[in-house]
Amino acid sequence: MTFLGMPVTAPRGVGHLRGDQPFPEAAREALGNSQLRRNLRHATTTIRGKSGRVIAELPDWQQLRDAGSAIKADVMSRLPELLEQLEERVTAAGGVVHWAADANEANAIVTDLVRRTGSERVIKVKSMATQEIGLNEALEAAGITPVETDLAELIVQLGDDKPSHILVPAIHRNRSEIREIFLRAMPGVDPALTDDPPVLAAAARRYLRETFLSTKVAVSGANFAIADTGTLGVVESEGNGRMCLTLPDTLITVMGIEKVLPTWGDLEVFLQLLPRASTGERMNPYTTMWTGVTPGDGPQNFHLVLLDNGRSAVLADPAGRSALHCIRCSACLNVCPVYERTGGHSYGSVYPGPIGAVLSPQLTGVADNASLPYASSLCGACFDACPVKIDIPSMLVHLRNKVPHPPAERAAMAAAARIMNRPRLYASAQRAAKMARIVGRRGRGLPPPLSGWTAGRDLPEFPKQTFRDWWAQREQP
Amino acid sequence: MSSRDLILGRVRAALRDAPVVAAVPREYRPAGTNRADLEVLVDRLVDYKAEVYRVTSAEVAATAARLAGEGGAVLVPPGLPGEWRPEGAYADENLTPDRIAEAGAVLTAAAVAVAETGTIVLDASPDQGRRIITLLPDVHVCVLRPDQVVASVPDAIARLEPGRPLTWISGPSATSDIELNRVEGVHGPRHLHVLILTD
Repeated sequence: MTFLGMPVTAPRGVGHLRGDQPFPEAAREALGNSQLRRNLRHATTTIRGKSGRVIAELPDWQQLRDAGSAIKADVMSRLPELLEQLEERVTAAGGVVHWAADANEANAIVTDLVRRTGSERVIKVKSMATQEIGLNEALEAAGITPVETDLAELIVQLGDDKPSHILVPAIHRNRSEIREIFLRAMPGVDPALTDDPPVLAAAARRYLRETFLSTKVAVSGANFAIADTGTLGVVESEGNGRMCLTLPDTLITVMGIEKVLPTWGDLEVFLQLLPRASTGERMNPYTTMWTGVTPGDGPQNFHLVLLDNGRSAVLADPAGRSALHCIRCSACLNVCPVYERTGGHSYGSVYPGPIGAVLSPQLTGVADNASLPYASSLCGACFDACPVKIDIPSMLVHLRNKVPHPPAERAAMAAAARIMNRPRLYASAQRAAKMARIVGRRGRGLPPPLSGWTAGRDLPEFPKQTFRDWWAQREQP
Repeated sequence: MSSRDLILGRVRAALRDAPVVAAVPREYRPAGTNRADLEVLVDRLVDYKAEVYRVTSAEVAATAARLAGEGGAVLVPPGLPGEWRPEGAYADENLTPDRIAEAGAVLTAAAVAVAETGTIVLDASPDQGRRIITLLPDVHVCVLRPDQVVASVPDAIARLEPGRPLTWISGPSATSDIELNRVEGVHGPRHLHVLILTD
C-alpha cells in the first residue's frame, strides 16, 4: 500500500543516478583503457599517501571518527525537527528556504529563481547535489548557461565529459590530456600553453576571472548546515567557491536534507575529519561559512533548496540508512581496489566507488542499479577509510539480498538451501557433483542455461573424493 | 500538500522504527586541551606556502607596503588600526570590484588562527572588512596578535561567532585537481603573508 507521504525513490528520466549499462559491461570497457588505469593508479596512490600522513598527525583520529559517526546517526534519528529548526534559523537570518521533493522540482525551483533575476548565466561551485539532479541540463534547456568554476569540473565541462570522482571529477585525466582539452575548448587560451600544472591553473584563473565579476547569480551545494544557527558552509580549495559565495547578488544553494548538523559545536568534529580524509590536507585552503544575508557583505538574496530525491527512501531502511552519513570526502574511492581499476564512469551514477555502490541503488531503488551492490570485492578497505565509519561492506551484502535475482538462480539457491538442510541428501549431492568433472574442466564454465553464472567467475575444481568420503575411509589412529 | 509537508511526512514515515541512538561519544581532544604553540603555527603556514614575518606593530605598515610591490597600493578595511596603515593606502568604502582588484596587496587583521592546521579565520569585523576585499587582490597580508592563536579546531569553533560571515584560510589559493597534487595559485590570492606581532 502506498499513500502520500511514503518515502519514494529518485524519479527516472532526470539527473545522473543511473548508468546506461550494467557495471560489469561498463567496467570491461574501462579496464581496456590502460591510460585511464595509469592515471587512476597514480592519483589514488598520491592521495592515499597524503591522507595517511596527515591523519597520523592527530592522536585522536579514531575518537573523532566515533563522534562523527554518532552525530550523523543522531541527525538521522531526528531529521524532521532539525530541518524545521534549520528552516526557521535561515529564514530569521534573511534567507528563503525551498523544499524540493525530487530532482524535477529542485530543477524547476532553481530555474525559476534564476529567471526572476533576469540573468542568463550562473556561476557554479562544484556540488554533488546539483550533478545528481542534472541541474545544468535543466538550466540549459531554459536558455540559462551554467558555468562550472571548479577546475576539475571545468575540465569535465570543456571536455564534454562526465565526472568520475566525487572530489576530483577529472581524476581520469592527466596533465597532458587537460592541456589538450584547454587548447581545444577554452576561449582565448594561450596557444603556447604547457602541461605544467601551475600553468594550467593560471589559464583557468584568467579564463574565469571576468565571468566571476560579471555574473549576478551563483549556484552552490553545501558541505553542512547548522540547525541551531542557520549557518551554511562550503569547503573548497581554489577560491572559486569564495568567488561564487561572495560576489553575486543572488546565491542559490541546493542541499540534500541529510547534510544538516545539530549544533555549531559539531563542526569541530567534521572540520577535522573532512579535509584530512578528503584531500589529505590538515585544512583545505578555503572554507566559507555564512548565515542568511549579511547587509553590505556578499549576496543580498539567499535561497536554500532542501532536496529529498530519494533520501527519505534510503532513510526508511534501517540497514541502509547510514549511507546518508556520507560527507562526500571520497576516501573510500581512493582506497578501493575495484574503483582504482574501473574508474568512476563504470558505476553509471554521479556517486561512484564504494559509497556510490550503496547510495545509488538506495536512492533509485535497487532494481535500477542492480549491478552496483556487486561492484565490490568486499575487502573492507572502504570501511576502514571512512571518516564517519559507514559499514559499506555489510550494506553491500544487505543490498545484494534485495537485488531481484533471475528465476533460475532463485530456484537453484532454494534447492541448495533445501539440500544443505538435510545431511544425507547433501552427502549424495556432493558425490553427484563429482560428475561435474566430466561436464567441464576447470576454467571452462558451466553449460547453458547456467553459463551466465560462470561468465564472471571460475568454476571450482571438484575434488576426486568428498571430505565425508575421505573422513569415513581415513586410517584410524 | 506542500512539498515541505510531503518531505517531512516522508522522513517521519521513514523513521517509523523510531531508531534509538546512543549519546555522542566526545572522547576527542576538546577545546582547551593544549596551549597554542606559535612554532607549530609557523611550521604549518610555511608548509602550505604562506610566508611568515615576525614584526612589531610599528613595522606593519612598512612591511605591507613592501609586500604590495613597486607601485602597488595597499587596500585596507575601514577599521584597520591607524598605526598599521601604510602611507598612500586606500580604504574600502564600498569600492567597486575593479578598484579592489587593482590593489597591490590587501592588509587586514584576523579573528582567530589555528596552530595545528595553519589556518587563519576572518570574521568580517571592521579591521578585516567585507569578504570581497581579501578575495580579489593577488596578495593578502594578514596581521596576527599572538593571543589570537589557538591550538586546535575545537578551540577556534569555541571562539568564533557563527552569525558572522567566516572565511577560513589555510595558505594561498590552491588546487589538487591535476593528478591530485597540490598546486598553489588559482582564483583566490596567490600570495598569503602572515605578520605575527612581537609586541
